[in-house]
Amino acid sequence: MGRTGSLMSPWIERQAAFIDHAVRAMGRRRAHQIGLWLVYTLLVFLLASVMLFAHALRHEARLLLRDAPELVVQRLEGGRHALLSAAHLESLRAIRGVGQIVPRLWGYYYDPISRANYTLMTPHDDPPPPGRMIIGAGIARVRGLAVGDLFSLKGGDGKSHALTVHGTFSSASELISSDLILMHEADLRPLLSIPEGWYTDLALTVAQPREVAKVAEKVMQRLPEARPILRAELLRTYHALFDWREGILLTLLSVVLLAFVILVWDKASGLGAEERREIGILKAIGWQTGEVLAMKLWEGAILSLSAFLVGYVLAYLHIFVAPAPLLEAMLKGWAVLYPAFVLPPRVDGVQVLTLFFFTVFPFIAAMVIPAWKAAVTDPDAVMR
Amino acid sequence: MIELEGVRKIFNEGRSNAFAAIDGIDLAIRSGAVTLFTGPSGSGKTTLLTLIGCLARPSEGRIRLDGRPVSGLPERFLTELRRTTFGFIFQRFNLIHGLSVLENVILPAAPLGIPRQQVVRSALEILERLDLTRKADSPVAWLSGGEAQRTAMARALINRPRVLIADEPTANLDSRLAGEFLQIIADLRAEGQTVLISSHDPLVVRAPVVERVVMLRDGRIVESG
Ligand SMILES: Nc1ncnc2c1ncn2[C@@H]1O[C@H](COP(=O)(O)OP(=O)(O)O)[C@@H](O)[C@H]1O
Ligand SMILES: [Mg+2]
Repeated sequence: MGRTGSLMSPWIERQAAFIDHAVRAMGRRRAHQIGLWLVYTLLVFLLASVMLFAHALRHEARLLLRDAPELVVQRLEGGRHALLSAAHLESLRAIRGVGQIVPRLWGYYYDPISRANYTLMTPHDDPPPPGRMIIGAGIARVRGLAVGDLFSLKGGDGKSHALTVHGTFSSASELISSDLILMHEADLRPLLSIPEGWYTDLALTVAQPREVAKVAEKVMQRLPEARPILRAELLRTYHALFDWREGILLTLLSVVLLAFVILVWDKASGLGAEERREIGILKAIGWQTGEVLAMKLWEGAILSLSAFLVGYVLAYLHIFVAPAPLLEAMLKGWAVLYPAFVLPPRVDGVQVLTLFFFTVFPFIAAMVIPAWKAAVTDPDAVMR
Repeated sequence: MIELEGVRKIFNEGRSNAFAAIDGIDLAIRSGAVTLFTGPSGSGKTTLLTLIGCLARPSEGRIRLDGRPVSGLPERFLTELRRTTFGFIFQRFNLIHGLSVLENVILPAAPLGIPRQQVVRSALEILERLDLTRKADSPVAWLSGGEAQRTAMARALINRPRVLIADEPTANLDSRLAGEFLQIIADLRAEGQTVLISSHDPLVVRAPVVERVVMLRDGRIVESG
């Protein structure tokens, strides 16, 4: 047919007619459809939030550890972390396979005003000049600090130390730097009460990565009170931590989700008497079963695709623009990261596809299968 | 030409409440004529129309359309026939609520793949002819009985069916509207349209446009003109 006028193919004309009818059908059951759409959007939003958040955190952890030294040596005294002296450092130099040994100076500082723990640190290379400091974005935000402002810290010596903000971080990972303050050795030692010639811990580079374990063993022999920390182990710990937390969250959520899924399925598949009658009429006036299904398919596609898109975008905004207010406490949870921060955006294609397949397809099936059941019966009931 | 041969329709077949609504009908219906099925309520008029119109299959016997057997065809072909060969005016009209008159009328054409403007143009022509132009954009819920029936008729005619089927078309109409309906049927008849009507309304049974009256009782033909 399609003789005159339009250049569109009959196939497109047919689909256009089905879409047209699908949209009108949805308009007629507006309240039902809007409720369904909202629940569905919320479902996608929750799932996507957890997935995006966990994925971004995992990536942050990788960044965090990428620059970490292969081996860190700490010292324990009475089972607690103790400082290391230059003499300790010298005793480790003789171990074969050890490259550089960098003594590190850092520690935690509790800020009673923001009620958060900050990490104070003196970088080995290029520290800020004495009297000045570089602060993490989280601290700048919480304390309302800008470059040039003066910030007072109460030292272990009981005195106040006022430092000028020299700059803030623009690090790839806010997770690392959010609560970090970099300062000169001359400022850090009195603040954390670390005497001259003593250090927080030692970072060792190992020439052969395969020998890290062996080197760690030798460290223990020379310095029985030492505690060597391997980067590989840290990585495992972090991953376990993230997986565990994500697992807990998903378990908690799954109860809620299950309820949602049942609701969505029920609402999507509940074919009202009016709808059943309409399918009967369409069949009676010559719509093939496949054509009724095509119409339903469009209806499901419009509903689920738009809900998926909106839910996902909302989740993205929730995680990466708003600082994930709904999930933060649950997933981050470790104390030093108190200042609110925003994760850098990070989306995993496979995750998006997984979510898509597990939400859109069941939903469309839930809409199409009952319609199909109604459409394959004889349409003679419409004559009654 | 529609031919029926030993047609039976048994409801609840094989069960204790099995019931033969159509119980052995042999009949030949000429094209281009108006044929009326009459008989008391429950005599099988509606059931017979559903069989002829391919809305259901007979339990026994054969139905042929222009010599081609249709009773054994798969559902897909029966649907195809309903779309192209038959146009139905259901007793309860069966318009889709929430759609306008025009939207209801173009519905049978949706699967054909004809450009929409073209379908709308022919729909408007039919509506004009049935004096419904003013109502084209009204929701069908607002129509009077007569308007609803003419909308159903417009929908039945949109795909230019060879056979128009009307089940108890005057059941919800007063005498004036019933007269108008018969006039429209007469006009269609003049153009060569085949029409099958079921009715026990004397006004229809005695209408001059009806060329043949088939009287049913208990699923059998008791009188055929
Ligand atoms: N789906 C059905 N199941 C069982 N009996 C039916 C069904 N449809 C119709 N009947 C019965 O078939 C008989 C004929 O019905 P029908 O064709 O509607 O008669 P009419 O249109 O002449 O009033 C009636 O007794 C009716 O109860
Ligand atoms: Mg009847």
